[in-house]
Amino acid sequence: MTSAKLTTSACRAHKAQMRGLNSRPAKGAMLALGVLTLGGCITVNAPAEPIVIELNINITQEVIYRLAEDAGNTIDENADIF
Amino acid sequence: MTTQNIRRMALGGALAALAFGFFAAPALAQRDPAYASARSAGTVGEKMDGYLGIVGAATPDLQALVDDINIRRRAVYAERAQAEGATLAEYSFTAGCLAISRTEPGEMYQAPDGSWQRRTSAPPVRHSSCP
Repeated sequence: MTSAKLTTSACRAHKAQMRGLNSRPAKGAMLALGVLTLGGCITVNAPAEPIVIELNINITQEVIYRLAEDAGNTIDENADIF
Repeated sequence: MTTQNIRRMALGGALAALAFGFFAAPALAQRDPAYASARSAGTVGEKMDGYLGIVGAATPDLQALVDDINIRRRAVYAERAQAEGATLAEYSFTAGCLAISRTEPGEMYQAPDGSWQRRTSAPPVRHSSCP
């Protein structure tokens, strides 16, 4: 009995050989990774003094000129508190 | 045009009038009489940072008045600063420049050296960064 062939016939079940990870350099890399994970605990010590980020608020003329129109409208719209 | 359409238009007009009246009212709000008299008397003045300050001796009433206005100003500044992508300090300083410009003769304002000045008919002495 002949079976009708499909356009692409499927391969027969087989054991595919694993590639890549079986190679020697890959094994070495895995070993190195393992060693790193075991012994590579990074400890971060908090500094004694608090971290101070100095924000020197330097209001630039450019920003003020950009805001001027809106600020003028704000004053007009809130005439009771200005 | 059907009567239904006419009725709909009339309703729309009434709603628009109501909305206009509702939104127009806050814009026309005027200064509280106590605040207006404190300004013209020069017991309060416009500071460079965009807030109101007490000139001379503080009384509880005056302090309450100034605090109330400054809290409300701060809320407005914060909202507008966020909308404009600016910091609160940037926005309030800009508003302060304009508020000083808009003082009327006789009212007090803070000069760049920090001293209180009485506004004359001449332009006020303002910070060099003011627009």
